[in-house]
Amino acid sequence: MSDTLTLDSAPSTSAPAPRTAAHRRAVRQRRLNWIAVHSLGIAAALFFLLPFVFLFLTSLMSDDQSLSANLWPQHWVWSNYVNVFKVPGFTDWWKNSIEYSVLGTVLTVASSIPAAYALAKFRFPGRRVAMMAVISMMMLPPQVIIVPMYLLWTNQLHLTGTIWPLVIPMAFGDAFSIFLLRQFLLTIPKEYLDAAKVDGCGEFTTLRRVVLPMIKPAVSAVALFQFFYCWNDFFGPQIYLAQNPGAWTVSYGLQTFHSAHHTDWNLTMAATLLVMAPVIIVFFFAQKAFIEGVTLTGVKG
Amino acid sequence: MSSTTAETGPSPTPPKARAGKSPVAPALRRKHRRELRVALAFLSPWLIGFAIFFAYPLISTVYFSFMHYDGYNPPSFVGLKNWTYILSENPYFWTAMRNTLWLVVVMVTLRVIFGLGIGMLITKIKTGAGFFRTAFYLPYLAPPVAATIGFAFLLNPGTGPVNHLLGKLGLPQPGWFNDPNWSKPSLVLLALWGIGDLMVIFMAALLDVPTEQYEAASLDGAGPFQRFRYVTLPNIMPIIMFAVVTGVIQTLQYYTQAMVAGQVASGTLSGSGQNYFPGYPGGSTWTVPQLVYNLGFQSNDDIGAACVVSLVLFVLAMAFTSLLMRRRAGLMGDD
Repeated sequence: MSDTLTLDSAPSTSAPAPRTAAHRRAVRQRRLNWIAVHSLGIAAALFFLLPFVFLFLTSLMSDDQSLSANLWPQHWVWSNYVNVFKVPGFTDWWKNSIEYSVLGTVLTVASSIPAAYALAKFRFPGRRVAMMAVISMMMLPPQVIIVPMYLLWTNQLHLTGTIWPLVIPMAFGDAFSIFLLRQFLLTIPKEYLDAAKVDGCGEFTTLRRVVLPMIKPAVSAVALFQFFYCWNDFFGPQIYLAQNPGAWTVSYGLQTFHSAHHTDWNLTMAATLLVMAPVIIVFFFAQKAFIEGVTLTGVKG
Repeated sequence: MSSTTAETGPSPTPPKARAGKSPVAPALRRKHRRELRVALAFLSPWLIGFAIFFAYPLISTVYFSFMHYDGYNPPSFVGLKNWTYILSENPYFWTAMRNTLWLVVVMVTLRVIFGLGIGMLITKIKTGAGFFRTAFYLPYLAPPVAATIGFAFLLNPGTGPVNHLLGKLGLPQPGWFNDPNWSKPSLVLLALWGIGDLMVIFMAALLDVPTEQYEAASLDGAGPFQRFRYVTLPNIMPIIMFAVVTGVIQTLQYYTQAMVAGQVASGTLSGSGQNYFPGYPGGSTWTVPQLVYNLGFQSNDDIGAACVVSLVLFVLAMAFTSLLMRRRAGLMGDD
């Protein structure tokens, strides 16, 4: 705090210029600005963070207290975080979520890179049409095609109740990932690719040896987005997994928690925070790649 | 754009050159054919995906919209019956359309204004910028189901902390997710909490505004509001448009939060998750995507009618997508 204040008013001490009234007014103005901006910042931070704090405090209350209007736990019942795993199915949901998220992410990344590369770096008839198709797929509400997709997975392939209807489509490229990777690939000068070809690399080797190392930030952003998408997915599991509780994911199972198990708010809140945890932990480790990715979706292009 | 069509056209050489048997033409054509072959090889997984997971179900949706089909007995042709049923008889369609439209207008507008405000605030904060950025961003990461359940708890009218605090301050205590007049505003509040994506996009756009323009404006005697109006706003207008159009498309799909909030607030017991009838309280949280789910997967098994609603959703989404593609030719990235 004091650092910035002295920094802001530094010219007055370093420059021996006379402290005119105008100068003093400017310094005061700057200080007032600083206070206004940071007060607003603190108010906003409270809006964004207090919900987490209340959820956390409630997750540590005893069963009885969590049904009261109290804000602060009388006893800190840390065992809630152990007991929540004793709720039937809860550990299975975690296993399924991890399976879905890891498989989905790997398949999406592997299948989207070649398509993005072709759309960014090759000139061929129909390139524009293909790009429009990617954008249309990206913007398509999943509910538009869900009925025939469900019929296909249940009547023809008999795979509903397993995670395969969610995972298999990801082996065929994901429109948003293709779009994002392509935006990033466009920024790579063609000279690099030409140089690789002069050295005798085929298209595939060029992609693997030259391009891939250069687009690492975009690849990690896409991987993160996809991981979060799978982890957070509610609609997909509701359609394909609802009939088989053994295959539920955490995001789907969580909504049954409060009502179905007749537990009190404390266990529900513990479960809610646990479901948030992996995403937030992953974010802290990969913050830079993630923010770059979000920026790329909106600004570049 | 026109230059691209020329480049991608099959014969970039003028007819005269071809007639003159220029040695360049066949070589270039060979190169193009080779590029097309390689491109197709790289694109093939996605092309298969496009056919199976986009083109086929879309055509199938159109087909079923003219059929009576319950999922078990063979479908039978019924003409426009499903369409007239949805548009004039189904008791929830227009409610869902009204709610979705309400959310599109109110939620998108407020999210863009709030996102821009938070983005501007974060560019002004000098002390602890890292802390504030993370704090503002964190809620966006919360899984929608978890965030919605969290808000359903925070805002529950009986024992929720928010109403508890409002009561202590002597302020009115709304019914939030349990009051038809407050349920949609509560969803908007939840959407504003997760503003992180827009904050980051606006922050990047604001930092890209050339500082010279601000200095020039200041020299001309422009105050903070004039600088915002005449320098900031014109510079970030493309990003605002992008945020509005993508926001509209996202909100047309609004499903999870409305479903979970309604279900938790109603206290419906949901073993398989199929027992909650959407719209609680009083139909105020019905959205169009929920109607697809309700008609196709819940009690009715009316697949034809579900497909009609799907197509309505499709037309709306594609109208805004084409707007996005036209507005931002850059989205296509034709360098």
